[in-house]
Amino acid sequence: MIHLAFDGLLGLVLVATAAGAMFSRDLFRGVVLFVVFGLLMALAWTRLQAPDLALAEAAIGAGLTGALLLDAIGHLRRRRRSEPDDSSVSPDTSA
Amino acid sequence: MKRRYRHLSAGAVSVALGAALWHVVRVRPTPSVSVASLVADALPASGVSHNVTAVLLNFRSYDTLLEVAVLLAAAVVALALRDEPSARSPAHVMYVALDAFVWRLAPLLVLVAAYLLWAGSTRPGGAFQAGSVLAGAAVLLRLSGLKVTAVDHRLASRGAMTFGLVMFLCVAIGTLLAGQALLEYPAKWAGALILLIEAALTISIGVVLYSLFDNAPQARVSDRESERQRER
Amino acid sequence: MSADRLYAYVGAVLVALALYAFLVHTHVLRRLLAFNVMGGGTFLILVGLAQDGRGPDPVPQALVLTGIVVAVSATALAIILLRRWFATSQTTSLPEDGSS
Repeated sequence: MIHLAFDGLLGLVLVATAAGAMFSRDLFRGVVLFVVFGLLMALAWTRLQAPDLALAEAAIGAGLTGALLLDAIGHLRRRRRSEPDDSSVSPDTSA
Repeated sequence: MKRRYRHLSAGAVSVALGAALWHVVRVRPTPSVSVASLVADALPASGVSHNVTAVLLNFRSYDTLLEVAVLLAAAVVALALRDEPSARSPAHVMYVALDAFVWRLAPLLVLVAAYLLWAGSTRPGGAFQAGSVLAGAAVLLRLSGLKVTAVDHRLASRGAMTFGLVMFLCVAIGTLLAGQALLEYPAKWAGALILLIEAALTISIGVVLYSLFDNAPQARVSDRESERQRER
Repeated sequence: MSADRLYAYVGAVLVALALYAFLVHTHVLRRLLAFNVMGGGTFLILVGLAQDGRGPDPVPQALVLTGIVVAVSATALAIILLRRWFATSQTTSLPEDGSS
């Protein structure tokens, strides 16, 4: 019973963090939520009795993908800030 | 108007897909064969005692071979698109606490990777997890401004990238020459061959994933330099 | 309901949500996030549905393990292409058919 309650809660939080990651206005916040989503996925894999997947997800889904995405955001923002006089720069498409 | 149309149609399509998937999950027919028990039956002959590793590197090793080829293809495309190496020398800013932390953590991460690789034959772990921990350690070094010289070396890094696939192919050809089916290991050597392939794969996966991170176009170095020049 | 099936349902919801996000957003990085969430949902369905009521199954687990690694390399490659695209076009979204 307590297990099922935990699974249900984890499922809800997974959907909520995924929605937050994809629909938040601030892209940086979205990526941070995506890293949280990756860690929660690792937890879900342990609940599915898949420790191999939990290990891989924690290292890749949360660690490497997070670093890649954050690096990309930093790149896009820094580029934009360093060329403020360029009017063709599109504004950060939010939503 | 156009935007609202786009949102509506996207919503309709995804609700339809979600409903279809929900239905599939609800009415799933019970398959007549249990692959889990097939794997459990064949496990003693596989050379390893952990079932996921047995599937990855023995029963379905052909899939894993092709997956490593996919990784290598991604790394090759990344190499083709990268900037000139001269533009990518990272400026190392000294942070005492960060440097001390990273210098102590990095060897530990390598140790964790080695353990994961070793553990893979008897319990959860294996080449993929070990390789990604290795790549994570290298990314950490890179982000804290330290140079990963072993990977900066052209020939060494390309060799390391292809090492896993080459080793895998050698074993595959070896099994064919020995008169077995493709990647059907002789029972006596199965455990050793799997560990050999996994060790090579760990290095390759680590270097490929790191190079996918490192070869991304880096405008920021020049930005950083221009910022510094402005400060001067 | 078993935990495995519950996670398969969660996977179905994630895939639908991610498809919506993928279609609505134009920013390539947001689409990449949606792509990754969709992958995660698919993995949950794969493992959850196969294991439902019969215990851990190593075959879908091995499939998903390779899937996770391929997904991260695809994401990394897409980010590299995005940076190249951004360097030449100064935009973070791709031109669409019929609109310009």
